[in-house]
Amino acid sequence: MLTAEEWQILLLSLKVSAVAMAAALPVAFALAWVLARWRFPGKVLLDALVHLPLVLPPVVTGWLLLIAFGTNAPIGRFLSDWLGLTFIFRWTGAALAAAVMALPLMVRAMRLSIEAVDRRLESAARTLGAGRWRTFASVTLPLAMPGVLAGLVLGLARSIGEFGATITFASNIPGETQTLPLAIYSALQMPGSEWQVTRLAILSILVSVAALVASEWLARRSGQGAARHAL
Amino acid sequence: MPFDVEIALQRGKLKLDYAFRTEKGGLTALFGPSGAGKTSLLDAIAGLARPCEGRILVEDTVLFDKAGRIDLRPEQRRCGYVFQDLRLFPHRSVRENLIYGWRLAPAEQRWMDLDTALGFLGIGHLLDRRPATLSGGEAQRVAIGRALLSGPRFLLMDEPLASVDAERREEILTVIERIRDELALPILYVSHDRAEVDRLADRVIAIEAPRAISQAK
Repeated sequence: MLTAEEWQILLLSLKVSAVAMAAALPVAFALAWVLARWRFPGKVLLDALVHLPLVLPPVVTGWLLLIAFGTNAPIGRFLSDWLGLTFIFRWTGAALAAAVMALPLMVRAMRLSIEAVDRRLESAARTLGAGRWRTFASVTLPLAMPGVLAGLVLGLARSIGEFGATITFASNIPGETQTLPLAIYSALQMPGSEWQVTRLAILSILVSVAALVASEWLARRSGQGAARHAL
Repeated sequence: MPFDVEIALQRGKLKLDYAFRTEKGGLTALFGPSGAGKTSLLDAIAGLARPCEGRILVEDTVLFDKAGRIDLRPEQRRCGYVFQDLRLFPHRSVRENLIYGWRLAPAEQRWMDLDTALGFLGIGHLLDRRPATLSGGEAQRVAIGRALLSGPRFLLMDEPLASVDAERREEILTVIERIRDELALPILYVSHDRAEVDRLADRVIAIEAPRAISQAK
């Protein structure tokens, strides 16, 4: 059904989104936690910084990523020297761009759900003998879980569709950084490729629908699971 | 000595002083008008609020001592706290609520098992329900059971009749009397209801309305 090229594009897109979500999830949750629970000077600033990719033109975010993670940039050099991790012109760069673009949406959803957790329930758990971690794992996290999953769904949707920051930061290289949206864009540039564009667009729609269905299933399963999961 | 408390709590610009000791176990009522800081006092004893000075001893164990820099964490205090707002875990069944603290307690600290608690409180038929589906009286008994099962050395009860409708009052009163008479457990019982206190309490400690500390600043 799919050509070898289309398979490559599809698998790359899925890989980029999956890695982006795996990387963004803990970061987003930590940021949501800090913004929901901590009080410190400069909190407004951190909040604004987290939201920046949401309001900036994606091209600007891509450019900022170039400045920060380029081969000669401080962070980029550190990561390549110590971890052998490079981003420019590589699929890891596409994943990083997708993660950064998805982060604000994830943090927002998770923060709201953490703020909604009744802290009196946490103190009840403490008097019943649960330490901080146990309280977090058995009370706070399960109660915040719907928001965490909602954040993951939003982030996933955003990362699958990511275009501007990716093409700016990681470029548009077939087989390396050319995800579905970038491939559609490239096909649009070539005269006489309407059929190819159509196929890719349908593929893109199918991927999005599948992701939504999967996340719905996940949310429902975790909703029920919370009841059966004792400690 | 079951309770030996001498602390000061800061609440906004108010400084609340408490000092009392009880020589024997049984049920000690903390009686006073609302706003006197009775719940703050229970929170301090449970470790949920930190006094600005003083010390708290329960059954000759130091739970808090400002001078000695002792401040046990809530989970180390082995206190069975029945909250006024109950605080049952909404995402867990009644059974899971009941055994939450029981599971966390080391075996040698448990002194009641689930079956005993179910019989004692008459809540065996509620096990698979969610807290949201319970009546006020049922939820109150589950909250009491959850506290007892955690293997506490003492009980803090904050207005346990507040969320119970009139017909169920007697039921809960009887349960509390049985806890007082059958379990050798010191109880601190907060109430603003004179009749309730007269019926239940072995002794009464009056909590006065807070005095303002220096208003300077």
